[in-house]
Amino acid sequence: MTEPRRAPENPTMEMTSNKEILRRIEYTGDMLLNMGPQHPSTHGVINFLVQTDGEVMKRAIPEVGYLHRSIEKIGEKCTYNGFMPYTDRVDYIAAMFANQGWAMAVERLLGVEVPKRAEYCRVIACELNRISSHLISVGTMAMDVGAVTPFPYALREREFINDLLEELCGARLTYNYLRIGGVAFDLPEGYADKVITFVDHFEKILVEFNRLITNNEIFVQRLAGLAPIPREMAIDYCLVGPNLRASGVHFDVRKDLPYSIYPELQFEVPVGRGEMGALGDAWDRFSVRCEEMKQSCRILRQCIAQIPKGESMAKVPRKIKFTEGLEAYSRIESARGDMQYYVVAGGGENAYRVKVRTGSFTAMGIIDTLSRGLMIADLVALIASLDVVAPEIDR
Amino acid sequence: MTPEEIQQSLAAKFGDAVGPLQPANKDPWVEVKPAALREVCAHLKADPQLHFDCLMNLSALDWPKQNQIHVVYHLFSYAKKHAFILKVKLDRASPTVASLEPVWKSADWLEREQFDLLGVTFEGHPDLRRIMLPDDWVGNPLRKDYAEQPHYHQISTTRESPLDGFIRLDEMKKRAASAATATATGAETPAAEKKELPQ
Repeated sequence: MTEPRRAPENPTMEMTSNKEILRRIEYTGDMLLNMGPQHPSTHGVINFLVQTDGEVMKRAIPEVGYLHRSIEKIGEKCTYNGFMPYTDRVDYIAAMFANQGWAMAVERLLGVEVPKRAEYCRVIACELNRISSHLISVGTMAMDVGAVTPFPYALREREFINDLLEELCGARLTYNYLRIGGVAFDLPEGYADKVITFVDHFEKILVEFNRLITNNEIFVQRLAGLAPIPREMAIDYCLVGPNLRASGVHFDVRKDLPYSIYPELQFEVPVGRGEMGALGDAWDRFSVRCEEMKQSCRILRQCIAQIPKGESMAKVPRKIKFTEGLEAYSRIESARGDMQYYVVAGGGENAYRVKVRTGSFTAMGIIDTLSRGLMIADLVALIASLDVVAPEIDR
Repeated sequence: MTPEEIQQSLAAKFGDAVGPLQPANKDPWVEVKPAALREVCAHLKADPQLHFDCLMNLSALDWPKQNQIHVVYHLFSYAKKHAFILKVKLDRASPTVASLEPVWKSADWLEREQFDLLGVTFEGHPDLRRIMLPDDWVGNPLRKDYAEQPHYHQISTTRESPLDGFIRLDEMKKRAASAATATATGAETPAAEKKELPQ
């Protein structure tokens, strides 16, 4: 019945397998802890092999892949439009951005221009999604370091956004709202008022939230100076988005490589300044996210005020086909930073290769280096501050 | 700097190892000889005019028709705000190229991913092992000729379609009606048809 297990094709793989790491660690007399894969504070199914001698870690080796669904392979199997719902599953906390990245990559291949109104709809949906994603991030981070109260506060606000997005596209988590060449539905009637009502309410809550947790003395003491990432290291490891900005790099795809309607909008790019401890520490990463939510509110107000009338969908051929080997690259600023799609077209209606480069994947790569010499309890704070989401790492 | 200027500066330094600028749809790229890759990349990072401080993306493509595997490097410079794309063409039977981990640290995980999914070996990588799939997985799923093993640790990797053996409702009604008329007229119902009807 069963096939005999064959040896791996590459002999180097066997040599550095986890069993080998385990053997080496046992030899040195250190303790080995498996943190995960089912651990509440790893934010998904991730395993950390923690090599430790007491409370201080020598090393934490991240083991990922538990949520690998081969989304890139699925992208080769279905049509360009058919892949859109799958992109939701790349990052289910901020699915709108994954939609946008894919839509923009295929639109670049097609050379189609998206109508103005559709771009505004996209930006409204994305910025709402950015706030909801950051709320999860800051809420869970506070909870991971022991402050339970802010989490339900953050989730309560997130529910309002979920309701708003549900009204827009019918789904609360995996939106499938964007289409190649536009959006699936125009804004419903009275939607602008609802968004403004929410923003009015949320800006007050944000002040309250900052008073409750961001500037809370105990919280600041816990996170200030924890696992600082210097500017050069952040760039070298290709950290993106809020993690990169917390290290003092003034870079935002929306500002520096503008796409969609972002050049028409006024907003600031918050960067970490090392106010409480070192530059690029966990507190900086936290506060940058809080600041970004404020900027998103600003963007939402402008979008609602400026949104023009018109079509919400461009003229796009029903069957999208390209010549083989045509390629395009798209970069967008997702809630987790620079999200990039690399698409190579196949001869028919399918893509030949889809590569999704996500922020969480590269952020995980830095944990091994950063964890050396940290306390075990700080590893939880480090993971939370990098805001990694397991499906986005594994895809 | 524009891609043209970057290509000229590279060609002036490395000669034949760097190919001409290929206009793809939007983003132009250059081909680099695998042997010269690490030198070219080290130069791209160190040169103050080019200053590519970040390897953003690394993807590999399988082209069985040309018997090649292409590795695509997307570089970006935060200092100069310009981007560039390098491609390396490798033999499909034994795709091996120098690792860029000594140049950019982000290459560590990005290379491990391509090693896992496409079987490209990066020479000089400090910790080249599978990242997404288990260590004892057979094959590289993103290769075009990949065939999944029927079992993994005695767990089947396929499953039967739950729709097998089901008949459409209207089809079932039609058959029942024809069977009723057949018995009314006294004719024999075909045995095979009787068997298919679910009770």
